[in-house]
Parts: sequence; C-alpha cells; structure tokens
Amino acid sequence: MTWLRGHFVEVLSLAGHHIFLAGVPLVLGLLIALPLGWLACRYKVLYPFLIIGSGLLYTIPSLALFIMLPLLLGTNILDPKNVVVAMTIYSVALLVRTVADGLGSVPEAVNQSATAMGYKRLRRFGSVELPLAVPVISAGLRVAAVSNVSIVSVATLIGVAQLGSLFTDGFSRAFLDPIVVGVVACVVLALLFDVAILGVTRLLTPWQRAGKATA
Amino acid sequence: MINRILAWLTDGAHWQGDDGILRRVVEHMEYSLAALAIAALIAIPLGLYIGHTGRGRFLVVNAVGAARAIPSLGLLYLAFFWLAPRLSGEIAFLAPAGLVLVVLAIPPILSGAYAGVEGVEPAARDAAVGMGMRGTEVLRHVELPCALPLILSGIRSAMLQVIATATIASVLGLGGLGRFLIDGLAVRDTPQTASGAVLVAVLALIVDMFLAMVQRSVVSPGLTGRYGKVRV
Repeated sequence: MTWLRGHFVEVLSLAGHHIFLAGVPLVLGLLIALPLGWLACRYKVLYPFLIIGSGLLYTIPSLALFIMLPLLLGTNILDPKNVVVAMTIYSVALLVRTVADGLGSVPEAVNQSATAMGYKRLRRFGSVELPLAVPVISAGLRVAAVSNVSIVSVATLIGVAQLGSLFTDGFSRAFLDPIVVGVVACVVLALLFDVAILGVTRLLTPWQRAGKATA
Repeated sequence: MINRILAWLTDGAHWQGDDGILRRVVEHMEYSLAALAIAALIAIPLGLYIGHTGRGRFLVVNAVGAARAIPSLGLLYLAFFWLAPRLSGEIAFLAPAGLVLVVLAIPPILSGAYAGVEGVEPAARDAAVGMGMRGTEVLRHVELPCALPLILSGIRSAMLQVIATATIASVLGLGGLGRFLIDGLAVRDTPQTASGAVLVAVLALIVDMFLAMVQRSVVSPGLTGRYGKVRV
C-alpha cells in the first residue's frame, strides 16, 4: 500500500497508456468488423470463410504477433503502434462473428417491414438492423475488451510501457508490491471497460427498458 | 527478412539437440497438455453439475468473467514468488507456469460445459425423464452427448489460449517454444525470434485443426449441421 502511495502518479500514467492501447484497437476493430460481419451475414456463402478466417487470426500468440508486426510494418519494435495494430487484429478476430450473428438475429419480418415502409438498404442497415443488433454486438465487445486489457500487459516483454511494466519491474527486483498493484489495476480497468460498454449499450437500446411489450 | 526467417527455419542444426526445435515443440506440448488435462478435470465436472442442477450459476458466470480479466504475465510472476520458495528443483518453475495455464484454461471449458448442458432442448430432457431415466442417466445419455459440441469448443478455445500463453512460461527460464522468442529478443537475434513466433502460430493452428477433426468425429451426427466453432 505504501508503495502504491509513493508511485500513484506513475501507476495512473501507465493505466492511461493501458487504456489507450486496449481501447483504441477495440473501436478500430469494431469499425473493421462491422462491414465484414455485414458481408458474412448478407452473403451466406462468405459466412464460413469470414468466420473461420477471422478465428484463425486469434490463434496467433500475442507475444509472437508483437514481435512479428515490426518486421511486417517496418516499424521500430518499441513503437506502441505495433501493439495497437496487434490488438486491432485480435478485436476484429473476436468481433466479426458477433457482428454477423447480431445482424442475423434481427427478425426477417422486421427487415421486410422496414423495406415496405420505404427504407433503402443503407438506411435500413443504419436505423433498423444495426440498432437491433446492438445487444449481441455489445456482448462480444465486452469479451473483446476484457481480453484486450489482459493481452496488452504482455507487451511489456517487448518494452512498450503500460500496466504490464509493473510486472517486469517487480519481477526483476523480486519485489511483490508493483506486481500486485499491476494485476489489481488490470482487473479494475477490465471492469471499467465492461461498465462503460454496458452503459453505452443501455443508452443505445432504450426499448429494452420500456417494459415487456405484449406483442 | 522472410528469407532470413526461412534460412533460420530450414537450418537443420536448429532442429536437433536439447535446445532444438523438435525438443522445444515436445516441451511446449507437454506443458500445454498437462495444463489442459488438469483444467478439464476441474472444469468439466463442475460445468456439468452447474448446467444440470442450475445451482451456483450466477457465482460461476461472474467468477469466469473475473478470471478472464487477470493478466497472465502478472499472475505468473505472483505465482512464482509465492510457490518458488516452497518448492525445489525444476518443479519450482513448472508449478507457477502450470498454475497460470490452468487458470487460463478453466473459464472457456467451464462456460462451454455449463452452457452446453443448459442449452439442451427441454423436450429432450423431459422425454428422457418420461422414459424413466434418473438424474445421472439423463446427464450421461442425453445432456452430455447434446452438450458435446459446446464442451469441445470450450476445450479448443482453451487449448489455443494455453499454447499461445505457454510461450510466456519461458520468462521463468522454462523450455518450450517461448525460448526462441525470449532468447531471440534478449540477444536481438531477429530471425530466431520471428521463427519462434511462426512456429508457435503454426503449432496452434495444427493442434486446432486436429481438435476440429476430433470434434467432427465424436459429435453425434444428429447434432451437426452448424458451422465452425463457438467461441465462448
């Protein structure tokens, strides 16, 4: 505890880096997964290819990806960009399936009603299909957020600063306090991401709170 | 760069001996399979019990979520400082790494097992009871076979994560494919590091494909007709 009091600012700054390295890829990953998921849902032939293909990306070990990306991107190994790209890849891997399944869960009758009311494809997607798919997509986002927060800490092995730096720091000095603080901070961050996603989902799905309809 | 990685990988000298690729692959699979077996022994019975009785569901769902948030590297170091002074020899390093991998593997297997049993068609369960089956018989003959696809998906998911994470066990000085990553990084031998990365990814892919084939062959054909795996 005394260690935390003495290093509070440092821990906060590392947590800030951690939020950036886990959060930005989550948003980027969702933006990439939306069109891919839509394709997988709209064209059933593509579904297995996109789902299995994106699933394969998740099989690449994080440490391996962190190390390989600088070689592929031509960046410096200490560049945080590598971590952002790696985490975006993992987010896409987890989210394509959720987006496809979320869009697929919209009842066909709803889509047909929207078309009958004169909605063109793009507007129907934006104002009917996507909003109705939010609960499923949000469930996938929560899993991706928690996994991102946990995986980002491995980036300390390639020297990118975030909460994981506390682990290597504590380990190299055989000193437990920073490690405990780091683990707890990671779990708290994961919880914060979870609460934030739940909050946004609640705002985006007002009908879920409007009471049970008797349709 | 690709050429240098290929050159490293195709150099016969890198494949043989006590620190060669073949030996490291065997070590990597030993750690991974041992951890997976322990995790499955804990998680499958527990998951079946929860899915069958519905008891403790809330607790487990939340515990599983929280366990996922624990960073493996931090847990590895904590487990090391906690266990190493109490043990001696190689086991002082194996135990912390094993603990981390087991903790990592339990959530996907557990959620696969309870979601699988829970998702069994109620009509199928009622029919089994109507035919005179008792609780454990329903579980063995109806719920377990019906839940098998999700249980195996959970195991595949766990296996992937364990193989990927077993690489960080090398920071404690253990063997496995992580050695190439860690040692390569330490001496800035990029071809070695990159080759290690490729080897782990390929190993993960091959094992996953093998498990996919197992899944296809053991799941009752009455249940199949769905694509790919479910990530839980």
